[in-house]
Amino acid sequence: MSAVVSPIRRPLITGNKTYHQITEDLISPTEKAPTRAWTIGLIISVAVLSYGVFCILWTIYVGIGSWNLNRTVNWGWDITNFVWWIGIGHAGTLISAILLLFRQKWRTGVNRAAEAMTIFAVMCAGLFPLIHMGRIWLAMFILPYPNTRGPLWPNFNSPLLWDVFAISTYLTVSLLFWYTGLVPDFATVRDRAKGMRRKIYNFLSFGWTGSAKHWQRWESLSLVLAGLSTPLVLSVHTIVSFDFATSVIPGWHTTIFPPYFVAGAVFSGFAMVLTLMIITRKLLKLEDYITVEHIESMNKVILVTGTIVGVAYLTELFIAWYSGYVYEQFAFFNRALGPYWWSYFGMMFCNVISPQLFWKKSWRRNITLTFLMSIFINIGMWFERFVIIATTLARDYLPSSWSLYSPSWVEIGIYIGTFGLFFTCYLIFTRVAPVVAVAEVKSVLKTGGNQYVGENATHKHHHEHH
Amino acid sequence: MANNHKEIVFGLYNDEEDLIRAVKEAKTAHLDIYDVFTPFPIHGLDPVLGLEESRLHIAGFIYGALGTLTAFLGMTWIFTKDWPNVFGGKPYWSVPAFIPITFELTVLFAAIGMTVTFYIINGLGPGVVNQHLDDRITDDKFCLAFDKGSVSEDKAVSLLKQTGAVEINHKTL
Repeated sequence: MSAVVSPIRRPLITGNKTYHQITEDLISPTEKAPTRAWTIGLIISVAVLSYGVFCILWTIYVGIGSWNLNRTVNWGWDITNFVWWIGIGHAGTLISAILLLFRQKWRTGVNRAAEAMTIFAVMCAGLFPLIHMGRIWLAMFILPYPNTRGPLWPNFNSPLLWDVFAISTYLTVSLLFWYTGLVPDFATVRDRAKGMRRKIYNFLSFGWTGSAKHWQRWESLSLVLAGLSTPLVLSVHTIVSFDFATSVIPGWHTTIFPPYFVAGAVFSGFAMVLTLMIITRKLLKLEDYITVEHIESMNKVILVTGTIVGVAYLTELFIAWYSGYVYEQFAFFNRALGPYWWSYFGMMFCNVISPQLFWKKSWRRNITLTFLMSIFINIGMWFERFVIIATTLARDYLPSSWSLYSPSWVEIGIYIGTFGLFFTCYLIFTRVAPVVAVAEVKSVLKTGGNQYVGENATHKHHHEHH
Repeated sequence: MANNHKEIVFGLYNDEEDLIRAVKEAKTAHLDIYDVFTPFPIHGLDPVLGLEESRLHIAGFIYGALGTLTAFLGMTWIFTKDWPNVFGGKPYWSVPAFIPITFELTVLFAAIGMTVTFYIINGLGPGVVNQHLDDRITDDKFCLAFDKGSVSEDKAVSLLKQTGAVEINHKTL
């Protein structure tokens, strides 16, 4: 993997670290007693999660009637939240897989946390279709297995079943990829630990030794998993978009949906990565590992994908007009000027207009602005899914069956509860595992070019050796 | 198991470039290297050590092909033989609709198969305890180890000293 490196390339890690210093910096957060901020965060997260669990149990006990869905708007916050969380879950794999294939070495600073975020986001997403089934105890009916119900099989022609396969495959492969990366780092934690802690981390590290042959196979495995995950991550949101695109609802039946959904997913995923990374790097003092360069690189991805999403919105509008099909035209007229006009303009402002600020380099490198922008995008992308789902359904073919929809307290509670689940998992993760991939960061320590003489040059004294 | 005990002499280096030089010298001197342990993957070490390219990706391809066949043939059998049904006027054997699931299972089988194979052939897994030479190998030390059964101790020690090992230790594995 030794790529051609520019002689004036900047180092990826600042602060003139040694290998041992990297170990200290990245492992010690798992060894110290939790900080007050962490404890308070965990208490809030668990409380919010508990409320979410209560609302889920309420839904299961009372039934879907506890939600405000109706015959016209039969998908509301549930599927909006599902698509939103799945979208957020796209950045981790994009960073760790696609950037690995493109040899973007800066990914080593953020891939571990981004992959963790992916897994937790997919868990949150998966909850919604399951609860939405109404009779969650029959959820296993969606899995194809020989049974005594006929033979009765699921419909393999249905995009909803494709989704089951896509999301469960995505969760499994992301977990395998993430854990395989964690194994050598758990070994590092193990070798610094004593007593019971050492035993636990030995179990987690699978007995890793760091043998040359193991590393060789580890890299081979990582590369192939990256190669597999790349089309996988594109397929997941493509298939999610099929849930809509294969239907005959005006505003949904669009061929642009797969690429538009994938771009939107990457966009929202990077926004969530930035939200989390800006807080994490501050609290765990990781500014030397997750640098302003990282933030700027991610902001470039946000600018590109946000613009792709903007082009998709405009293309949809144009095609609706150009189609000459009155229902399609009305669907888009209704999105922008109907009863939910505010969500359409929220979406346009947050997703298309605000990221354009990032054309300016100094703004891309501004941490406060980036943090605010990431929140805006998270909100904007939620609006996008709400616009596509609820707004479209509320005004379909027959005016006599038009309806309106606003969520019940149960739906709001479940959505808030998924934040509890997400942050509970994330906070626990920051305590048990190094949030930055230790071994991978060590392997990019010396990527500074040998003619680079600026800050943190790694080859300053190179001529003094041989 | 008593026969399997190995007497190891090993040197620790501070830098991966020193380690690669030492491995080269050991190869030139025809000393049989027991193993090399490092805190992270070292690029350029495999050819020096003479490690063959991993065949793990071939296994991955086979698992993937197995997934493709399982999904495609499974859906074909179910929808043409076991449970033929008409969905939206489409033929029983509607190949385009099978593509997404076929793709997903290809990826799933390849990923699970390769990962499990990786752990088995490396002798790693939950609960496995592999004795290791030094705790600092997963931190910042690069280790070159010789088996005293196949290399004379004196030769090994002198090579390690000569190539700049910062520590030389012995251990029975």
